[in-house]
Order: sequence, then structure tokens, then C-alpha cells
Amino acid sequence: MKATKPRLLPLFLSVLKISAFTFGGGYVIVPLMRKRFSEELLWVKEEEMLDMIAIAQSAPGPIAVNTSILLGYRLLGLKGALVSVLGTALPPLFVLTLISMFYSAFRANTWIAALLNAMRAGVAAVIVDVVWTMAQNITKKRRATPILLMAAAFVAVWFLKVNIILVLVACGLIGFVDASLRARKEAA
Amino acid sequence: MLLTLYWAFFQVGLFAFGGGLAALPLIREQVVVIHPWLSMAAFTDLVTIAEMTPGPIALNAATFVGNQVAGIPGALVATLGCITPSVIIVLILARLYSAWRDRPAFMGVLSGLRPAAVALIASAGMSIAILALFGEGGAISLHSLDLVALGCFALSLFALRKWKPSPIVVMFGAGLVGAGIKLLFRLP
Repeated sequence: MKATKPRLLPLFLSVLKISAFTFGGGYVIVPLMRKRFSEELLWVKEEEMLDMIAIAQSAPGPIAVNTSILLGYRLLGLKGALVSVLGTALPPLFVLTLISMFYSAFRANTWIAALLNAMRAGVAAVIVDVVWTMAQNITKKRRATPILLMAAAFVAVWFLKVNIILVLVACGLIGFVDASLRARKEAA
Repeated sequence: MLLTLYWAFFQVGLFAFGGGLAALPLIREQVVVIHPWLSMAAFTDLVTIAEMTPGPIALNAATFVGNQVAGIPGALVATLGCITPSVIIVLILARLYSAWRDRPAFMGVLSGLRPAAVALIASAGMSIAILALFGEGGAISLHSLDLVALGCFALSLFALRKWKPSPIVVMFGAGLVGAGIKLLFRLP
């Protein structure tokens, strides 16, 4: 697809659609935002998108909301940020208000329960696909530090259950030290 | 009442580091322990509903609680409260990002955070994949492996890598096929 100029309406509709149809919360929504804005619309570079995701995860609050604010601000300034956060918040407001009205009927419906359970397999495949692409982008640069950091961060979060904030702070520090060491080596 | 609701969810948004799932214990603290808004059983339902409906989990939870406590104005106020800290903090971070993007030290920190972001998404994907393939019990064994879900997962992943379809189509496709097979053959 050819890159177009970022505009408010497509930004709003894109985040609205992602928020309205994406099951599984921020960790599913954020990869979909990456796909939409850096693969399909080509509005942000892959690297910038990863930066925004990292910043969104280090800040408090829902990750999907944080990412949409960063994305909107980067594309269209303050207006963009507000439009983008509105697009993210409207679908839950609408859907959950409806569900909260028909809460008991919704809960007892076997079809809905079966559909929601079966959709998880598709959700898992979508995340694996996204991680696959993102990991390739890290490994194809053939630098040891990011690859090791990615592996170590995964082991720390998944197997050792280390606090996410701690992992992010440690990775940021290691990245900082690594960059300063390289800068010194280049200067010498 | 609305002000209390706003303040309760403002605190949730301010202290929830690590996304919607991290927000759940904070929401429990606010709506079950501090304020008598929901029973523990209703809170458990809230978690299930927030996870199985589209959109950010924390916003789903805020809308649901707001509705139960004070109707639609309650839902609006709770959502706004949840978003306010994000908007303030993330906009500050976004300004820092655009101002400092070209400084080597900041680039170094980001080069460490990028692989960490991939690892975090990967570990979230693992938990969803395990839930999809082995069910709620969390026991990973050949016995608990759900073959229908495994088939849907493999087909979805294959389709995503080969044709790059929209993730929303893949998720609903997997849901319809999986639920159809299960209900047709009366599988568990």
C-alpha cells in the first residue's frame, strides 16, 4: 500500500475499529496498531512504533490507551492524541454498557461462550505472527546485545516472573551502557 | 458519588503499571475493598467479561463498574478517571520523545527497550496460547491438549504468514470454525 498523509478521520476510524474488534486487551491491541499504522498505512516507521510501545509499557495506565495517545500525538499533535484516545475509549463504553444491561443473559448463552473460547486460538495465532515479525526485525540487524536482551527479558518475565517495570528499567539501562561503550569505542 | 467514582478510577489509571491485567488487583481494591460497589463474585464475573469483550481490559472494567454503580454517567466518569493520568503522563513522555529522539543516550535507552517490548508481547502471547490450547485448568499435558483449538491455531498462523489477511477476519474465522465443530460434534 502507498503511504498517505496522516489525517484525523482515518486515524480515528482505525483505532476505533481496532478497539471495537480486538479481544484480549492491550497486548493484542498494540500489535494490531503496529500492523495497521506501520505496515498498512506506513504512517510510522517500525522502529518508532517499537519505541512508542516501549514507552507505553513503561508508563502507568492501560497500554492500549497509552499507545494510542503516543501514536496520535506523533502523527497529528495534541489534536491527534485526543482523537486517538477517544477512538480507543468509545467502543468499550458502548459494548460494556450494553453487556452490563444484559449481563445475565450474555453469561448463560452457550453459543457466545463457545465462540469466545474458540476465538482464543485465532488470537494466539495473531500474536505469534506479530512476535515472529517483530523478532525478525530485531535479529536481522545481527547485533548481539538486542538479541540477548530479548531472550533474557523473555526468560525473566515468563519463567522467573520478574516484575515488568524492573525488566524495562534493566533493559533501558543496559541499552544506555551499551550505546555509551560503543560511542567511546568509535571515538577511540 | 460520581466524584468518588472518578477518583477511584483515577487512582487505578495512575498506579496500574503493566497494562490492564495489572490494573485488575487495583480495581478490586477500589470497588470491593474500599468502596462497597461490587461483591467478590460480581468482581470475578467482571474480570471474565472484561477479558472476553473487545477493547482494553481496564476500560472495559471501568465501564462495567461505572454502569453498575451509577448508570451511563457512571460509566463515562469511570472511563474518564481511568484515562486522565495516562493522557497527562504519556503526553509529557511523548514531548520528551520528540525532543530527545536524536540524543545518543536516549537512543541507547530505547535500543534496550525495543527488544524488551518484543519479549513482553511474546510472554503475553504464550499465556493466551496456553489458555487456548490447554483450557482453563492450566495443566500442560497431552491429555488436556484441545485438538480443535490446535488445528484452528495452526491454520490461522499459516494463513497469517502466507496471505497476511486482516487479524480480525482470522480471529472471527477461528472462533466460528472452532465453535461450529465443537457444537456440531458435542465436544467439551
